[in-house]
Amino acid sequence: MTKHTPNLKAQKIVGGVHTDQRHDSAHKHVAGTAVYIDDLPEPAGTLHVGLGLSTVTHAKLKTVDLTAVRTAPGVVDVLTYKDVPGENDVSPSGMHDDPVFAEGKVEFHGQPIFAVIAETREAARSAARLARIEYEELPAILNIWDLDPLKDRQVVTPLTLKRGDPDAAIAAAPRRIKNRMKLGGQDHFYLEGQVSLAVPGEDDEVIVHCSTQGPSETQHLVAHALGVPSHAVTVEVRRMGGGFGGKETQANQCAAIAAIAAKKHKRAVKVRLDRDEDMTATGKRHDFVIDYDVGFDDEGNILGVDFMFALNAGFSADLSGPVGDRALFHCDNAYFYPNVHAKSAPLYTNTVSNTAFRGFGGPQGMVGAERVIEEVAFAVGKDPLEIRKLNFYDAMGTTGERNVTPYHQKVEDNIIHRVVAELEASADYAGRRREIAAFNANSRFIKRGIALTPVKFGISFTKTESNQAGALVHIYNDGSVHMNHGGTEMGQGLHLKVAQVVAEEFQIDLERVKITATTTAKVPNTAPTAASSGADLNGMAAQNAARQIKERLIDFAAEKYSVPADQVVFLPNRVRIGNQEISFNDLVKQAYLNRIQLSAAGHYKTPKIHWDRAKGRGHAFYYYAYGAACSEVSIDTLTGEYVVERTDILHDTGRSLNRAIDIGQVEGGFVQGMGWLTTEELWWDGKGRLRTHAPSTYKIPLASDRPKIFNVALTDWSQAYEPTIHRSKAVGEPPLPLGISVLQALSDAVASVADHKISPRLDAPATPERVLMAVERLKKEVRGKA
Amino acid sequence: MAKLKIRSELRFILNGRDVALSDVAPDQTLLDWLRLSRSLKGSKEGCAEGDCGACTVLVGKLVAGKLVYESVNACIRFMGSLDATHVVTIEHLAGASDTLHPVQQAMVDFHGSQCGFCTPGFVMSLYALWMKSPEPSDAEIEKALQGNLCRCTGYEAIMRAARAISSYGKAAKDPLQAERKAVIARLTELQDGTRVEVGAGKDRFIVPADVDDFAKVLEAEPQATIVAGSTDVGLWVTKHMRDISPVVFIAGIEGLRTISEDKGVISIGAGVTYTEAFSLLAKRIPALGPLIDRIGGEQVRNMGTIGGNIANGSPIGDTPPPLIALDAKLTLRKGKKRRTISLEKFFIAYGKQDRQPGEFVEAVHVPIPEKGEKFAVYKITKRRDEDITATLGAFSLKLAKDGTVASIRIAYGGMAATPKRATAVEKALLGKPWTEATVEAAMAKYAEDFAPLTDMRATAEYRALAARNLLLRFHTETTGTRAPFQVSRYEAA
Repeated sequence: MTKHTPNLKAQKIVGGVHTDQRHDSAHKHVAGTAVYIDDLPEPAGTLHVGLGLSTVTHAKLKTVDLTAVRTAPGVVDVLTYKDVPGENDVSPSGMHDDPVFAEGKVEFHGQPIFAVIAETREAARSAARLARIEYEELPAILNIWDLDPLKDRQVVTPLTLKRGDPDAAIAAAPRRIKNRMKLGGQDHFYLEGQVSLAVPGEDDEVIVHCSTQGPSETQHLVAHALGVPSHAVTVEVRRMGGGFGGKETQANQCAAIAAIAAKKHKRAVKVRLDRDEDMTATGKRHDFVIDYDVGFDDEGNILGVDFMFALNAGFSADLSGPVGDRALFHCDNAYFYPNVHAKSAPLYTNTVSNTAFRGFGGPQGMVGAERVIEEVAFAVGKDPLEIRKLNFYDAMGTTGERNVTPYHQKVEDNIIHRVVAELEASADYAGRRREIAAFNANSRFIKRGIALTPVKFGISFTKTESNQAGALVHIYNDGSVHMNHGGTEMGQGLHLKVAQVVAEEFQIDLERVKITATTTAKVPNTAPTAASSGADLNGMAAQNAARQIKERLIDFAAEKYSVPADQVVFLPNRVRIGNQEISFNDLVKQAYLNRIQLSAAGHYKTPKIHWDRAKGRGHAFYYYAYGAACSEVSIDTLTGEYVVERTDILHDTGRSLNRAIDIGQVEGGFVQGMGWLTTEELWWDGKGRLRTHAPSTYKIPLASDRPKIFNVALTDWSQAYEPTIHRSKAVGEPPLPLGISVLQALSDAVASVADHKISPRLDAPATPERVLMAVERLKKEVRGKA
Repeated sequence: MAKLKIRSELRFILNGRDVALSDVAPDQTLLDWLRLSRSLKGSKEGCAEGDCGACTVLVGKLVAGKLVYESVNACIRFMGSLDATHVVTIEHLAGASDTLHPVQQAMVDFHGSQCGFCTPGFVMSLYALWMKSPEPSDAEIEKALQGNLCRCTGYEAIMRAARAISSYGKAAKDPLQAERKAVIARLTELQDGTRVEVGAGKDRFIVPADVDDFAKVLEAEPQATIVAGSTDVGLWVTKHMRDISPVVFIAGIEGLRTISEDKGVISIGAGVTYTEAFSLLAKRIPALGPLIDRIGGEQVRNMGTIGGNIANGSPIGDTPPPLIALDAKLTLRKGKKRRTISLEKFFIAYGKQDRQPGEFVEAVHVPIPEKGEKFAVYKITKRRDEDITATLGAFSLKLAKDGTVASIRIAYGGMAATPKRATAVEKALLGKPWTEATVEAAMAKYAEDFAPLTDMRATAEYRALAARNLLLRFHTETTGTRAPFQVSRYEAA
């Protein structure tokens, strides 16, 4: 970096809020110099770990003979549950059901039973295969398809939401449809797999460099497993190679294993999972079975709806409770249900414990809502978009009853009407709908389809205590700024946005603000970087810290120059004090010489929100983010193959802190959502073994899968209804469910083979196979009717 | 004939420096060596199976005196296959100064990175493309990036960057251009015509000097693992931790890398990669072009060989069915003895091929369809590109003057334990008028030929149905209907 010479005449700082800035690490990403955990220089004598995973699905461990493992070349030690000094548990839910190492029994294929500690990773991995384990196999539950969501075992208490009298409303409705949808899960496929490097310190101390979204929780769980106070453990992460929720809780086990081994052997220990192990042994997005029962009138007005959201929790609770909750919170998507009942069922199965994944159950809830819309549309013979618009919540500012959610929160900031209207026009939905009909009439095998779907996504953790953040800001006496906060960087540009906030606050160029690694030693007790909340929470905390220092500087300047405080004004890279201007750096230097504290810890807690889970009522979300997508597809009715011809998106990020970053989030979120609902299929065999455990078999979208025409825009007119950080809105999760438009467009194309008279009920992921089978079912029904 | 020289060290160029290694294991991957032995941490491991591209580096080699750089997956590339090559990693790109390479600067300016973990791999793939094609079309960019996964960006920003690279600088300013002459000279020196043998006893690898030497080596050590592109054997090591020693690396053997046409037959040496085979095959048998473009990603096509695709005997290899439909022949060689058999007969049963110990596949001979002969191949996968076949059908048809089927050969992959002919279907078509009615009757015969399995790629029902429908697709295409029948970017206008 060249030496920075601040422009003292500038009208505006470089890199303030509401400006398009490149990712702070972009130049390092492209040069290969950005450091990830596995790239850190290893301390001399670093040991490596290979995990011994269960080869059966559900069994008692009769004997675990590790003799051959221990004597294999390069092996230093083998750890089992007996080697865990504290509690053999990394459960994030407090349910004590997530052992570090299996103890007495295994509950899914791929569960870690032991860890080999060896001189090299290769030696550790090879030796791990030499264990002789005798299992006494037990009956296993492999999926949720045939489970009873009311009677079968659940990992946590389910949630029920109710408003009005849905039973009566559905029974009295002129029309009624009751059916079921199967919705697959999704692997995160962060490009950087789970990895931790633990470096032992003196006494009980350990530093864990861990690719984690939740350093504080990793710290607490490592301490818990080591049996030491949290103050002994420091967790640090500069950046992750992708997270997507998959490192919210799933990083903890590797961190704990690394720390236990490091403390035992007084050597640094690295755990880096192979991709296959990562996909087999760590949790994913929950697959769901959604039962719906909807009553509606001949116009397509929904009168009442009853949902059961059964989700595959896997063998332990992890975050399945709140994921199920968020599905219910989004089972309305952007629609007003006059009468509604919705229930979750986080079901126990003998599969890996499912976890957070961008959207956190919300997208699954919205897929359910969109299926219901589609059913109603086919039943009344209307374009689904008409039914959508008919059932929207009332627009912001409208008086009336049609803006209360199933959890009794009033939607106060609804802009979906305008978003959809603008997109409908810019994407020429009506014109293309006509063109597609004409094309389909003349095309025997290739059929096209189009769909425009809305998104309304609630922003806040429903766990109230998570809605707080901390930051630490120092100004050094040369005027350069060190910024730290509790959020983690996983590619989303969080550090950049927070740095922009700090630069704006001090009115200094962005370059003067140093981004530093997240560490539990600087900012304690933080929430995981999740729920799209990173910039909202940490931006506010950092602003708070900066303002504290700024106030001290103002007081100092006012006193020193004998002017009223309101005559101290921060201008770009300088400060006007009365009628003179001095550089920011000079003011800082003077403040330092006068012993002014130039460091502050900031804090923020989201106002207004509250949530009573037992009653199913509250102001669960501080605000909502909105968006809409219109997708067009072509399908081949001989094979089910398809392409996405075009997608148009209009998305709301309020007054964006950085539109370039936000556009990237919207594009990436959409493609990830599309992948979830199309080609990404998790497939377990009859023995409960995940067989799609690597990119050779698990197919995330490629560059050639993105829409052939892809128009993405942000609403340039919206701003957050609440006083969020510079009136911006969260952007991490809300764009993901824009991908639902692709599923709905595929469904529309399938429906064309039966002249749009039969609901295709296309389940997800809509692989070419599911598309072809849906086509076949419709053709058969048409033949049956003829 | 001069006496064969044996060299006991591996020699290549890494970025700007010569490397000579006498202590390197047969199963040492390039990626681990770069990261662990050389502390070059820019190349990342995302999958260790050649699918994600985070480890992409370039390998430069002399092809008929010309220096060609290709993107490869360092995670499954063995060191032993690098003799007399130039390995270029992300660290070599920015050059001596701090200024970024045009590829890198475009990626920065167009926000092509988010988490950044896949980025070095994307940069290297785009760099390889830019050297070949400075103003690429979107289809070319997509093809070059088939072997690179990004989970953050949705690719649109990377596409924008890729389109703009040339506006940041011309190929002439490129660091690899500047050192090109020196590298050619050095690689020429490194190609010293010796056999390379590194290691001892079983834990050893051999790079034969030429084809005759290879034949000799294999006769002496019939249990050795033959590695051409390592796109399959790589996974035996990284995923199955299998011991593959001793290993014979054949990728550099000039005599196996020839592709030629003679009297209507294209002969492809066993060491010819998909990339090398592409231009001639796509020109002379156009239906094979789009198929090859859908095998693996660019990195895999730059390493993998058609010979290996045949020799490993997989029931889901993509080249055997079309080659069987074309009635290709296979030359096998043991020592000095050669035999040529029908490719179809090579596949005996699952995991069993007609290859004797000490014998190797030397070449495959593919008849070019005659004028008027209709030939097509359709690959069905979950994801269009870089995916393994669920079912793949290949059709070769000759019609008599009266419009009846004079000859037909149909072969499928993914439908049985080996690549297999649909003989009952063929029989139902032979001699009949080539009409939809005939085709429909023949479609009922698939059940006699195939009883496919259900696995993670597809259910048995889907395989059976899609396979059957491909015959209908073939019929419709051959009867002149202009509609786009294959959903792919190569769809007919």
